[in-house]
Amino acid sequence: KDKEEDESEEEDNGSQQNRASRRKNYQRKNRDGKKAREEGGQKKDRGKTTPTKDQKESENKEKKTTKRGKEGENKQKKGRKNSTSASSNSSDEESLSEEELAMLKEQVEQKKKLISTMRNKPWRMVKKLSMLREAQDFVEKFEGALGKGKGKKLYAYKMMMAKKWVKFKRDFENFKTQCIPWEMKIKEVESHFGSSVASYFIFLRWMYGVNLVLFGLIFGLVIIPEILMGMPYGSLPRKTVPRAEQATAMDFSVLWDFEGYIKYSALFYGYYNNQRTIGWLKYRLPMAYFMVGISVFGYSLMVVIRSMARNANESTGDGDDDNFIFSWKMFTSWDYLIGNPETADNKFASITTSFKESIVDEQESNKDENIHLRRFLRVLANVLIICCLCGSGYLIYFVVKRSQTFSKMQNVGWYERNEVEIVMSLLGMFCPPLFETIAALENYHPRIGLKWQLGRIFALFLGNLYTFLLALMDDVNEKLAEEDAVKNITHWTLLGHHNSSAGNDSTVTPPPLDPADVPRGPCWETTVGIEFVRLTVSDILVTYITILVGDFIRACFVRFVNYCWCWDLEAGFPSYAEFDISGNVLGLVFNQGMIWMGSFYAPGLVGINVLRLLTSMYFQCWAVMSSNVPHARVFKASKSNNFYMGLLLLILFLSLLPVAYTIMSLPPSFDCGPFSGKKRMYDVIQETIELDFPLFVAKIFSYVANPGLIIPAILLMVLTIYYLNAVSKAYQRANAELKKKMQMQREEEKNKRNNKASTNPMLQDLEDLLTPSTKTESPPKQAEDKKTESPRGASPVRKAGRGEALAGSPMASGRGAAFTPPSPVFMTQPRTPGIRAPYPGQPRPWGHPLGPVPGRGRGQPCF
Amino acid sequence: RLFSRYRDLAPQLVPQDYSHSPAVSLPYELIGSMPELKDNPFRQRIAEVFSEHGDGSMTLENFLDMFSVLSEMAPRDLKAYYAFKIYDFNNDDYICKSDLEKTVNKLTRNELSPEEVRLVCDKVIYEADVDNDGKLSLADFQHMILRAPDFLRCCLLSI
Repeated sequence: KDKEEDESEEEDNGSQQNRASRRKNYQRKNRDGKKAREEGGQKKDRGKTTPTKDQKESENKEKKTTKRGKEGENKQKKGRKNSTSASSNSSDEESLSEEELAMLKEQVEQKKKLISTMRNKPWRMVKKLSMLREAQDFVEKFEGALGKGKGKKLYAYKMMMAKKWVKFKRDFENFKTQCIPWEMKIKEVESHFGSSVASYFIFLRWMYGVNLVLFGLIFGLVIIPEILMGMPYGSLPRKTVPRAEQATAMDFSVLWDFEGYIKYSALFYGYYNNQRTIGWLKYRLPMAYFMVGISVFGYSLMVVIRSMARNANESTGDGDDDNFIFSWKMFTSWDYLIGNPETADNKFASITTSFKESIVDEQESNKDENIHLRRFLRVLANVLIICCLCGSGYLIYFVVKRSQTFSKMQNVGWYERNEVEIVMSLLGMFCPPLFETIAALENYHPRIGLKWQLGRIFALFLGNLYTFLLALMDDVNEKLAEEDAVKNITHWTLLGHHNSSAGNDSTVTPPPLDPADVPRGPCWETTVGIEFVRLTVSDILVTYITILVGDFIRACFVRFVNYCWCWDLEAGFPSYAEFDISGNVLGLVFNQGMIWMGSFYAPGLVGINVLRLLTSMYFQCWAVMSSNVPHARVFKASKSNNFYMGLLLLILFLSLLPVAYTIMSLPPSFDCGPFSGKKRMYDVIQETIELDFPLFVAKIFSYVANPGLIIPAILLMVLTIYYLNAVSKAYQRANAELKKKMQMQREEEKNKRNNKASTNPMLQDLEDLLTPSTKTESPPKQAEDKKTESPRGASPVRKAGRGEALAGSPMASGRGAAFTPPSPVFMTQPRTPGIRAPYPGQPRPWGHPLGPVPGRGRGQPCF
Repeated sequence: RLFSRYRDLAPQLVPQDYSHSPAVSLPYELIGSMPELKDNPFRQRIAEVFSEHGDGSMTLENFLDMFSVLSEMAPRDLKAYYAFKIYDFNNDDYICKSDLEKTVNKLTRNELSPEEVRLVCDKVIYEADVDNDGKLSLADFQHMILRAPDFLRCCLLSI
C-alpha cells in the first residue's frame, strides 16, 4: 500500500535542484517513462496526476531536506546522468561506445541499488520520491539501451509476482488471526481485569483446541466405524441390556448414573466387539481402538511440550528489558491501529491496569523486610496447610472404604451411592479458600503467592485423585475374581441351553439364546469408564453451581440487599468476588487429567469434555464480566504460562501411569470390549503384525524389541540429555555475563556524564578533550606508571606530577599533544570494577586499587 | 489513493487537478476526524508535528509525509525521530517532566491518581535519562526506544 502511495506522489514530484532545463528534460522523461512503464508493467503502477507540480515541490523540498551529504552525492549522480542523458536523449536505440557502455552499466547498477535501499534511507519522503523516480527512469532507459529489453519484462513480471505473493501471505496471516475464536472476548476481559485473568482464558481456549483434536481422533476413528459398520444394538450379548435390568433401563435416575441404555452404547468400552475386522472396509477395529488410545497420549504430550518450548523461547528473549519498563509502557503501549471507540475504551482501561501493575511491582521491590517475623509466619502457615492436606487425604480414604461396604449392602440411598463424589467435590470447593486465608500470613508478592497457592491445591487434588484410583483398583480386582466364576456359569448355561433345545432332534440347530438372557460377566473396564464419566459430570456440575452461587448470587445479594443492611456489604464482608485464577486453572488441569485417564475406557468422555469447555468459556466470560471485580492488587502474569504447562505435563504423566499399568498387566474381560478373549490387551498388536503384514516386518519388529537393542538406545538418549543440559547451562552462564557487562557499561556511562560538572576547570578541559577517545582498551605499562604517580597528594601536586609524567613520556611533544596519550590512562581507571567514583573528585578511592600497583610503580622510576 | 482520501476530507477545498500546485491546506479538525486518527489520543500532536505551520493544518505533502512515516515500511530511526517530536508537547526539543505527565494522562484518560502519575514520570526519567539533566533529549529517547521490542508495531498506521 505504501508503494502505491509513493507512486501517486511520484507523479507530483520532479527533479530536485532549480535548474529549469533539467526540469523540462525531466518532465519529458516523465512522460516517456510513464508510457514505457505502463507497457513494461514495472514495479510501480502509474497514478493520475500530471507532473507539473514539480516546481512547487522542488521549492518545498529545498526547505525540507536535511541530509546535506547525501545531496552532494545526488548532485554528482545527477551531473553524470545529465551528461549522459544529454547525449542519449532522443531515442533508446542509440549505440554507444565501449567505455560509455561500461560506465552506463555501472551507473545502472548503482541506481538499482539505490532503488532497492531507498526505503531504508531516513530522508524526507518527498526527496526520496524524487530520487526514486530519477533512478527508475535511468535504469529503465539504459537497461533498454544495453540490450536487456526482454530481460526487463521478465524481471518486471517476477517483481510483480513477488509483490503479489507478499500481499497474499499478509492477507492470509490476517485471516488466520481473525479466525481465532473468542479473541475479542478475551481482549475485553484483559482490558478490565489484567493479564493474569486473561491468561486463564487463553489457557482455556488452548485446552479447547487440544480437546477438539482428540475428540476428532476418537470420534472419527473409533466411534463412527463402530456405529456405521459394527453389529447393531441387540445382536450380541455385550451390546444388549440384560433381561434383569430391562425394566428400569430407561429411567432417568438410572440414566443419570450412566447405567441402563447408556452403559450399553458406543460411549463405553464394553460395547465394542472383538471381531478382527468389521464391515466391508475390513476396518480393524480392535487395532484402531488400541492405537487411538495410545495416540491420544502421544498427541497430548507433543502439544504440551511444543507449547512449553515456545513459551521458553519467548521468555528468554526479553533480555535486559527490565531497564526500560516504564518508558516503554509510556511510549509504545498505544496501538495506533485502533479505529473503533469501544476498542479504544478497552485499550485505555488496559493501559491503566498495566501501569498499575507495574507500580505494584515497583512498590513490592521497595518494601523493607523484617526477615525473622516473616520466616516464622511462613513456617507456621506451611505447617497448618500440611495438616489440612493430611486431613483431607484421610477423609477421602475413609469415605472410599465406606463406599465399598455400602456397595455390598442392599438398599443404598442416593447419598450413599454418590458419597465419594460429593465428598471430593466439597473438598475441592472449600479447601482452596482455606489455603488462601492461611496464606495471607505469608505476605508474598502476589505472583509468588499465586504459585504457592497453585502448588498446594495441586497437592490436594493429587491426593484426592490417587485415593480415588486406589479405590477403583480394589474394585477392579474384585471384579476380576468374580469373572472366573461368571465364566463358568456362562459356559454351563449355554451348554445347558443347547442340550435342552437339541434334546429331541439333534440335527436341528438349536435356536440361539436371546442375547438379553445370556449371563454377563462383570465388565470391569466399563465400570471404570462409568466411574470416570460420573466423576467428570459431577465435577462440571459443582463448578457451575459454585460460579453461580459463589459469584453471581453473591453479587446480586451484595448489590440489592446493600440498601437495607446494617453494614456496607460492598466494602465489608461478602463484597464482590474476585476471580479465583488458581482454583480455576487447577480445576481445568485436573479435569483434563481425568479425561486422559478415562478416555481409554470410555471413548465418549472426550466429547463430553468438549461440550463442557465450550459452554464453560461463554459462561465464565459472562460471570467474570458481570459479577467479579478486578483484583485489588493487579499483577502481571508474565511467565506463569509455562507454569501451567508444567502442571499439565505432570498430570499427563500421572494419568498415563494407571492406564499403562492396566493395559500391560490386567487381562481384559472375557466377554466385553474389543480385546475380549486375549490374554493381554497389547496382544492385538502382535496379532496384527503376524497376520496382516508381510513376513519380514514381523522379523524386524522382533529384532527391534530385543532388549539388547533397546537398552543401548535408552543409554544413548540419557547421554544426549546430559550433554544438551550441560551445553544449555554454559549458554545461560555466558548470557548472564554478557548482560552484566552491558549493565556495567551503561552504569559507567551514566556516572561519567553525571559528574561532568563537578570538576575544576583544568580537569574540565582535560575531560572535554578526553571524551572522544574513551573507548580504548588496556593502557600501556608506562601509562600505568604515570597513573600511579599522578593521584598521589593534593591536586597541585597532582598537576605537577602529571606535568612530569607528561614531560617524561616518550611521546611528549608539547603539552597539548601530550594530553592525548595519557587519555586512555585516566579514562580507563574508572573501568576497574568496584570503582564507581569518578576520576576528579576524590583522591582517596584511587588509593584502593592502587594498593598493589604503587609497588610496581615505585620499582620503576618514571622516565 | 491517498490523494483521494485527502480529497474526501474536504471536496470543496481540494481541487481534482493538482497540476497547478495550489496552496491548499486542510485545517486540523478535518484531519482529526479521519477514522484512523479519531480514537488516537495523540492525534493533535501528530497533526501538529507534520503540519506546515505547526498548528495542525496539513497540505497534501504533509499528509503524505505523515502516512509514510507511520507506515510499516518506514525505518526505525525515522519513526523514532518523529515519535520524539510527537511526545514533545512544548516543542523545546526535550521531553521534560510536564510532557511526560501530559502523555501519561492522555494515555490513561486521567484515571491514575496524581501520585501514581508522578511515580511513573519519575521512573521514566530515571530509566531513560542518560545524561542526567532531568529531561529526555533526542539521544536519550532514541537510545531507549530502539530497544523496545514492539515499537514498530505501535507506531503504525495503515490505509
